[in-house]
Amino acid sequence: MIRLQNVTKLYPTQTRPALKDVTVEIGKGEFVFLVGQSGSGKSTFLRLVLKEERATSGQVFVAGKDLARLSSWKVPALRRQVGTVFQDFRLLNNKTVTENVAFALEVIGRPRTQIAKVVPEVLDLVGLKGKENRRPDELSGGEQQRVAIARAFVNRPMILIADEPTGNLDPQTSVGIMRLLDRINRTGTTVVMATHDDDIVDQMRKRVIELEAGRVVRDQSRGVYGYSH
Amino acid sequence: MRASFIVHEIGIGLRRNLIMTLAMVITTAVSLGFLGTAVLFNQQVSVMKDFWYDKVEVSVFLCGDDSEGASCAAGEVTQDQRESIRADLDSMPEVERIYYESKQKAYSRFKEQFKNSAIVDNVTADQMPESFRVKLVDPEQFPIIASAFIGRAGVDEVQDQKALLEKFFKVLKWVQWFAFGLAMLMVVVSVILIVNTIRVAAFSRRRETGIMKLVGASSFSIQLPFLLEGAIAGFLGAALATGAFVLIKSVLVDQILEPNFPITRFITWSDVWLSSAIVFVIGVALAAIASFLTLMKYLRV
Repeated sequence: MIRLQNVTKLYPTQTRPALKDVTVEIGKGEFVFLVGQSGSGKSTFLRLVLKEERATSGQVFVAGKDLARLSSWKVPALRRQVGTVFQDFRLLNNKTVTENVAFALEVIGRPRTQIAKVVPEVLDLVGLKGKENRRPDELSGGEQQRVAIARAFVNRPMILIADEPTGNLDPQTSVGIMRLLDRINRTGTTVVMATHDDDIVDQMRKRVIELEAGRVVRDQSRGVYGYSH
Repeated sequence: MRASFIVHEIGIGLRRNLIMTLAMVITTAVSLGFLGTAVLFNQQVSVMKDFWYDKVEVSVFLCGDDSEGASCAAGEVTQDQRESIRADLDSMPEVERIYYESKQKAYSRFKEQFKNSAIVDNVTADQMPESFRVKLVDPEQFPIIASAFIGRAGVDEVQDQKALLEKFFKVLKWVQWFAFGLAMLMVVVSVILIVNTIRVAAFSRRRETGIMKLVGASSFSIQLPFLLEGAIAGFLGAALATGAFVLIKSVLVDQILEPNFPITRFITWSDVWLSSAIVFVIGVALAAIASFLTLMKYLRV
């Protein structure tokens, strides 16, 4: 589903590469934690998969497509297959929960009848039934992240990318979010989650890829967080 | 994207940025107003040209008793000379028609022109020159007539009324260029303002556009609302400018100029609609192009 082949990424203003000769393969339906200290290259990894950045050398394949050869007008089609969730939720405060989720479908031109059908379904899935007409600033952090996950998942992407989704949440709320991501993973969606949260990684016992200074130093199935910070 | 959704988003964008939108519409209106007025002025000049050039004649004055030109050394034009000049004028393909103005006719016209002046009392019909008034097919062809008749026995002088008009139109030409230059300057100013407004709008909505990119909206659908906002401003500006043209025509031209200056014709409503069409096309196109260029830079996928 995602394959990086000898990928090096050097940002123009920096001398040390953010990723160095990284080769990783993530299969369909896997749940992968991406761990490592700040600056180890986790975010760069995710940005490459979203084609927000181009690899300096090496190849990145997502859903069978070589991203270096993907012309820019096909990038939106790629992103429709990759849902994204962030630490800071990135919701629109002037829209209700329903509108926030529907926005993702409206801007890619889905018909209104389809939107009216799938949005309540996905809100039910993420556990936001009854809060459809609230605005994000009336919700707790955990609930806001659920809205963001609903928005990322409403188009049924093949891959869900989560960049520190529990970074702003307390441990108990985080557990709820992880259950949700796990449930989404069980529908067959590949989940790649960058995190600093050792408790979560240790509890979930999923595949762990550890980055250090741009290199993969560990790739372990059913792994643990593995280092103190 | 669905049309209703786009309309909704544009509404949000225009309202959020109301003051800048207003400034954008007004500047566009003023600059398009200038541009259209320059077009109208241009039309007016060409109406006047058509009208007056159609009226101008070449006058071939014949020798009188007191003519001093070398070709008049033999004294007053003879009947034979007069008839041969008429026959030659008649046979020239450049000449549309001629008519002969006798001394008597010239005198009565003179009396009519200066009827309130004492000068009439000192002039007799005999002192007036007789002439052929020649209407040319194309007023530009004066030199052909001039070279054929200047210096001919019995011809005192050949006068082209068009030469007088030309001086006048030369001045108008400069005014026209000045008006167009000013209009262009205003258009540039409004383009800069549109670029800036769209840039501010794109910045204030970077959260929305960021999300749109993430969920896979196409560049076009991300940029379209901004593009249409610019185009709507251009459209409103053109509409206001058209309002100004209608006022110019119905008040300034129809009620003030036309009754007071019967010596010429004025622009018609079709000229007004022409410049309105021009400013609509230019206004909408400029705004859309300006926003598109801005967005190329700020809203790439």
